[in-house]
Amino acid sequence: MSLYNHPLKAKEFVRNDERMHWHDKALWFVREKRDLASKSIPEWEKLRTYAAQIKSHTMANLDKYLLEFEANAKKRGIKVHFAKDAKEHNEIVYKILKENRVEKVVKSKSMLTEECRLNPFLEKRGIEVVDTDLGERIVQLRKETPSHIVLPAIHLKKEDVAKTFHEKIGTDEDNSDPSYLTNAARENLRQKFLNAQAGITGVNFAVAKTGGVVVCTNEGNADMGATLPKLHIACMGIEKIIPRAEDLGVFTRLLARSATGQPITSYTSHFHSSVENGEMHIVIVDNKRTPFLQSNSYKNALNCIRCGACMNTCPVYRRSGGHSYDYVIPGPIGSTLGSFRDPKIYKTLSFACSLCGSCSNVCPVKIDLDSQLYTHRQDLREKNIISNKKRVTMQFAVWLMNRPLLFSFISKLARKTIPLLPKAVIYNKYNIWGKHRDIPQMPAKSFKEIYKEEFKND
Amino acid sequence: MKVGLFIPCFMNELYPKSCVATLKLLKKFDLDVEYPMQQTCCGQAMANSGCSKDMKSLAYKFVDTFKKYDYIVAPSASCVTMVKEHYEPFFHYNEDYNKVKVSIYEVCEFLHDVLKIEKLNVKFPYKVGLHNSCHGHRTLRLGSASELNIPYNNKLKNLLNLVEEIEIIELQREDECCGFGGTFSVSEEDISIAMGKDRIADHLNSKAEVITGADMSCLMHMEGIIKRDKKPLRVMHITEILAGEF
Repeated sequence: MSLYNHPLKAKEFVRNDERMHWHDKALWFVREKRDLASKSIPEWEKLRTYAAQIKSHTMANLDKYLLEFEANAKKRGIKVHFAKDAKEHNEIVYKILKENRVEKVVKSKSMLTEECRLNPFLEKRGIEVVDTDLGERIVQLRKETPSHIVLPAIHLKKEDVAKTFHEKIGTDEDNSDPSYLTNAARENLRQKFLNAQAGITGVNFAVAKTGGVVVCTNEGNADMGATLPKLHIACMGIEKIIPRAEDLGVFTRLLARSATGQPITSYTSHFHSSVENGEMHIVIVDNKRTPFLQSNSYKNALNCIRCGACMNTCPVYRRSGGHSYDYVIPGPIGSTLGSFRDPKIYKTLSFACSLCGSCSNVCPVKIDLDSQLYTHRQDLREKNIISNKKRVTMQFAVWLMNRPLLFSFISKLARKTIPLLPKAVIYNKYNIWGKHRDIPQMPAKSFKEIYKEEFKND
Repeated sequence: MKVGLFIPCFMNELYPKSCVATLKLLKKFDLDVEYPMQQTCCGQAMANSGCSKDMKSLAYKFVDTFKKYDYIVAPSASCVTMVKEHYEPFFHYNEDYNKVKVSIYEVCEFLHDVLKIEKLNVKFPYKVGLHNSCHGHRTLRLGSASELNIPYNNKLKNLLNLVEEIEIIELQREDECCGFGGTFSVSEEDISIAMGKDRIADHLNSKAEVITGADMSCLMHMEGIIKRDKKPLRVMHITEILAGEF
């Protein structure tokens, strides 16, 4: 069985009913906080429209804004690099580190470096990379990937963290008090910050007109990583550009409220040059992003500002966990990004969705996530990636539905026979519907029959 | 006003009672309602599984069957969504489809927005939980989704409030999906069941005696779990309550 199989991974997650419900409730709590925060701003829906328009405009003129950004960043003494894919990105970062004889790096969460698999790349070359966001640090110590883009360790309980910290940084095995664990992590990280020769950060927004980047965090660790060492490398996807500093306010108002229900992140840090006598580099990565720009169906997915609201609201994500998606970004946005990038590998992701549409409603930049997932399913059929069994079943259903008399006859037969069958015959292993659900009670007559007899000549 | 009654294929075969209730409910308002006999299926299950091109013939059949009516009314928000939202690629600037698209209504939407009814003369002395089905709620906008910052309204609740002695209970999660999702209920069986169970628990915790809603497919899924788990809840399509047919 393929590793990339959402239903199979979801089954594993659901099996632990208590943990699954804990996960569901934790994320629903965040979704409720987001609702309260969004409703505290009368112009919320207008902000969403405005944000979507700014992003769509920027994406339609991305070449112009990228060049503008590059020119303005250079004027500020920032070194700008372009990478076409993950490999190039990693090599550029490594080259900068090597030139500066860096052995220890502190990193503040960046999903892009996860996407490029930067950590293992650098570690293989003898560089120590320490993730400094608490959640990221926890999953790093456990050698796991983040299961959520904003709450990377949301799949873990405090007891799991206590166990990990006991094994890795020597905390008391039985103490799972969050303050105790946070303090232990902070102390451990302080040494890492002090010894690091370079800091790598992600980028939330890159402002074309100013040539600077903005990083939003709640722990302040990006600031520490970017200012304590002399070398700061900021890594970003091409889609992080916004035109002007004035546009930033639209996004910062939406971002934190959508992500965690906070009015604003604790730290919204602007980096417009290196520290004194230091160096600042920005690596701008494409890595399969440009095909989105050419796709009418999926280009809006590039507008994503990575708030994670679609994950928190997604009833499937909340009950199956981020790791069930097997893609660097989980949830509805991850499903559409993954399906477009590699439909074969991620063929189950567009089906890991009941098409409830809540994701599109919470999205601060109004990405039509549920429609995209619907369209991905049609694409899979076109590319012959869905199973033959499904295709043939659906084709047969259409054939039958085009024959009303035959359909009525078969249905009548089923209604008459099923009640006579022993339970064991109905609830067999091929009847997936019936494993945990009773089938409906068979009525004596169809509506069509009743209509013919009682109503037709009214 | 000539109304074409569109009954989803599975409701025709498995839930004739709700279909009769829909018909009687419409007839109560002196409408000329007709059920075209050649109708079968809108093709939603196939399209949601990725096979929309395979069901193009069903879309044509549907439009052909219903184009002559002033209004097309169905007791199913999700099937109406299918016709309204997903037939477009098959009918480029097609007059018949454009007419069908704007004249098709989910039955509650029709009573609420077109007939603007104010009285029902029925009683239903039970505690009722309303399951806002996703397609009805978020696509047809039968109610304001809890995610949006817009004034609250719920057409289904407005109609239920016309019923005497009914008590509509408050749920913890007003518009969470039940986990049916067409073939999702089978392809993602574990999540589907988990979602259904949670949805039912929300109703039970709120002391509902009856779950109702505008989509029999969601109700069928939850009814299956309720019966298997022997929970004290009845499931009724909203038209049965509104028509006083229970």
